Amino acid sequence: MTAKTKTSKATPQKPKDNRVGPPSFWRRYVSQIGIVGVGLIMWLAFVIAAPEVFTNKNIYLAFAQTTPQFGIIAIALTFVVITGEMDLSFPSIMALGTAVFCLLAQGGLAWPLALVAAFGTGAICGWINGTLVAFLNIPSLVVTIGTSFLFRGLELVMMDGSGVPLTAQDYPEMHALLRSSPFGIPVQTIWMVVILIGAWLLLNRTRFGAHVFLVGDNPTSARLMGINAVSVKTRAFILVGIMATFSGLMTSIYGFYFWPTTGEGFLLNTIASVFLGGTSVFGGTGSVAGSFFASYIIGAINAGVVAAGINAFYTQLAFGLVIVVSVVLQTLIDRRTKRQSLTGR
Amino acid sequence: MTKATPPTGTPVIELRNVSKTFGEVRSLSNVDFAVYPGEIVGLLGDNGAGKSTLVKTVMGFHSPDPGGEIWFGGNRIDDWSVARARDLGIETIYQERALCEKQPIWRNMFMGREPRSKWGLLDVAKMRSESARLMSDHMGFTSAAVHPDNVVATMSGGEKQGVAITRALYFDANLVILDEPTVGLSLTETKKTLDFVGGIKKAGKSAIFIDHNIFHVYPVVDRLYVLDRGKVAGIYDKSEISMDELIERLYHVARTGSLD
Repeated sequence: MTAKTKTSKATPQKPKDNRVGPPSFWRRYVSQIGIVGVGLIMWLAFVIAAPEVFTNKNIYLAFAQTTPQFGIIAIALTFVVITGEMDLSFPSIMALGTAVFCLLAQGGLAWPLALVAAFGTGAICGWINGTLVAFLNIPSLVVTIGTSFLFRGLELVMMDGSGVPLTAQDYPEMHALLRSSPFGIPVQTIWMVVILIGAWLLLNRTRFGAHVFLVGDNPTSARLMGINAVSVKTRAFILVGIMATFSGLMTSIYGFYFWPTTGEGFLLNTIASVFLGGTSVFGGTGSVAGSFFASYIIGAINAGVVAAGINAFYTQLAFGLVIVVSVVLQTLIDRRTKRQSLTGR
Repeated sequence: MTKATPPTGTPVIELRNVSKTFGEVRSLSNVDFAVYPGEIVGLLGDNGAGKSTLVKTVMGFHSPDPGGEIWFGGNRIDDWSVARARDLGIETIYQERALCEKQPIWRNMFMGREPRSKWGLLDVAKMRSESARLMSDHMGFTSAAVHPDNVVATMSGGEKQGVAITRALYFDANLVILDEPTVGLSLTETKKTLDFVGGIKKAGKSAIFIDHNIFHVYPVVDRLYVLDRGKVAGIYDKSEISMDELIERLYHVARTGSLD
């Protein structure tokens, strides 16, 4: 035994590798830890600034009802951003999908069928976006600015610019589905949690999700290994179209009225949620859980700024700041992992 | 044109009369190409001779111009695609490596052919453990040095190539295509790669081997195709040509565009 150890000590060994082992917990979850940290600090600041508001549970109930209105789109938009694309047309899809529901339901169609038609409309809008972007290879920012006007214009023509009341008497089931509070929990947040779980499984436990990451990271490599990048991107856009319609319905039922302008004011906070959530502008990395938590932070900024007695114009400034700062931070982290200098030169 | 005596049997893969045009550029013109079971075919040619285009056509990444035919195991296949080719047991180690650098090793290892459990969901646990096993068994990484969760961007060139080679090996391919696999590799890494090519033949499988360095290609191959400006300039059996003769001919081709 002792002799053995001696001989093994005597044999020259390869020098120990200086490379690191598995990535540490900190390194793997740094962006998620960051979001939670930012959220906590902000919450403390709001509690100090307006204690009587932020120790009252009503403000949290209000968050839980309104945040999912853009949060569910942020979760779906995360897929598109990970593939390296962007969708700016979802506010218009919210309106167009809901308009289809309203017109059909008013025309006497049963509400479940009208709902199916509304989601179908959202899916078709997403398919149009995805096909133009992925199949024809046009930059998604340009395509979706165009289709944003197209979908909005179509909706305004269909509605002739007027709205539709969505009262609880006329649409009891829709109100139960989208505006109730079972066990005191606002149903909007229950939906958001259900959608988060579904989206997490889709992104992390299906082939489609795996291909979303690969296509966003390096589309050529993905294609060389037999992944259909066009189909993956198109499906991601369809997901946004369906979720935008869901959000349009939820928002309209919440206000008891479908406004033809539905969706306006949703662009900035939804995109801010995705980027604050740690999803990279460069594609290839991102997290739906990050978008989920970031949505509530963005929702809190909105409510907190008002409750703290600060002029509401500051919310725009805050959203802008959130987008710019999170994109800059991601760039710096990205350069570090690629071992480049911080300015990329 | 010299013509080697073709091996007998049905080719694993065969291209008949394949041309490929990109806009104004004709990368391949009327190429006939076949790989038989158990042989290593070398592909030589200058830059721009069409080697990579030929490989990507075999792989289904490029579809041939109308008139070209792709035959697999004696059957003509019309809807040839990368996914189809990989399903039928053709794997490629590309010159550009075809890795996704921001992703962990396990995602790269199973890229495009992710294993699923009985629920239809991804078997991530299997992807992780298989990657760890493959890395220590085949790539010679000690498990402490490289972890399956490490992103590819943090690895060295040789380690990246190791991932690409191990990936091709894992799926137990009948035909492995190696497109310039030794570019940028160290001496030991190059030797490992050449041993790997020898191992393919021992296992009774086929390979297409492309390399600029004729000293790497000649010792491991059975037959050689010489490409020039998108055309097959010559096919040689290794027994009928020595390395010096081959080098002489290649110079000649580069100067005149023909072997004669």
